[in-house]
Amino acid sequence: MAIGLAHYLTVAAILFTLGIFGIFLNRKNVIIMLMSIELMLLAVSINLVAFSVFLNNLVGQAFAMFVLTVAAAEAAIGLAILVVYFRNRGTIAVEDINMMKG
Amino acid sequence: MIVQAIMFYVFAVLAVASGVLVVSSRNPVHSVLFLIVAFFNAAGLFVLIGAEFLAMILVIVYVGAVAVLFLFVVMMLDIDFVQLRSGFVRYLPIGALVGFILLAELVLVIGSRVVAPGVPNAAAVSAVGGVSLSNTRALGDILYTRYLFAFQAAGLILLVAMIGAIVLTLRHRADVRRQSIAAQLARTRAQTIEVVKVPIGGVGG
Repeated sequence: MAIGLAHYLTVAAILFTLGIFGIFLNRKNVIIMLMSIELMLLAVSINLVAFSVFLNNLVGQAFAMFVLTVAAAEAAIGLAILVVYFRNRGTIAVEDINMMKG
Repeated sequence: MIVQAIMFYVFAVLAVASGVLVVSSRNPVHSVLFLIVAFFNAAGLFVLIGAEFLAMILVIVYVGAVAVLFLFVVMMLDIDFVQLRSGFVRYLPIGALVGFILLAELVLVIGSRVVAPGVPNAAAVSAVGGVSLSNTRALGDILYTRYLFAFQAAGLILLVAMIGAIVLTLRHRADVRRQSIAAQLARTRAQTIEVVKVPIGGVGG
């Protein structure tokens, strides 16, 4: 059977759902939450590329590249904040991040 | 055609399985490694669909930079990961519920629509300007013309991210002695050289 657009969209949907699931599952570990966000961005990229190819329009691939750029920047900044936070507080538990709550 | 289908299912199943292991792995180092596997398989899917350039970029950027960054941070921070996992079972039902609802919605959306059924399977990339180009060349053709501003903005985002990450993690430690070239060069002769007239023969001796 031929592999169509729906196959790729299904894979992307499952990966995106796994990302959401991972954020709910690892409520205390910021590193795994960041990895889940990367997984969701990957799913979005798969969607963009699949639509780009099956609709015969290259704009989707160009924007998949921009999504990749943003994902890389987000990971760098997020991990830098994490390192600084760990240096100051000695933990990365999400529940302890409440200093600005007042 | 059948080879393509088999490869698709191999890549897709491996990507989804490693995605499951990313979110459920006990050790964050294993999570990062499974994330790398997931990215590799997604790159395989991209090659399969005809987007070779993005596949290579995915391997270079994600596996070469982002995943290594994650691995570096996971190994650098001395964290008690067992304590961080204590709420795992408690959050499982709500996470499963939200995930299931989202997946059901997505499947309904995909299942109920056939997107542009008349479009032929364009494994070769769209011809820009009537000539059949390679994927990389075609992508460059639109990236450097129609989306030049967005491309430059993406570069700017990366620059800001780089500067931000450096500024955030740079720290000046007070207990480390550093060479100050400006202070060294600013010294004058009067500050450093002192002529001491030593009496000959020794008065006190």
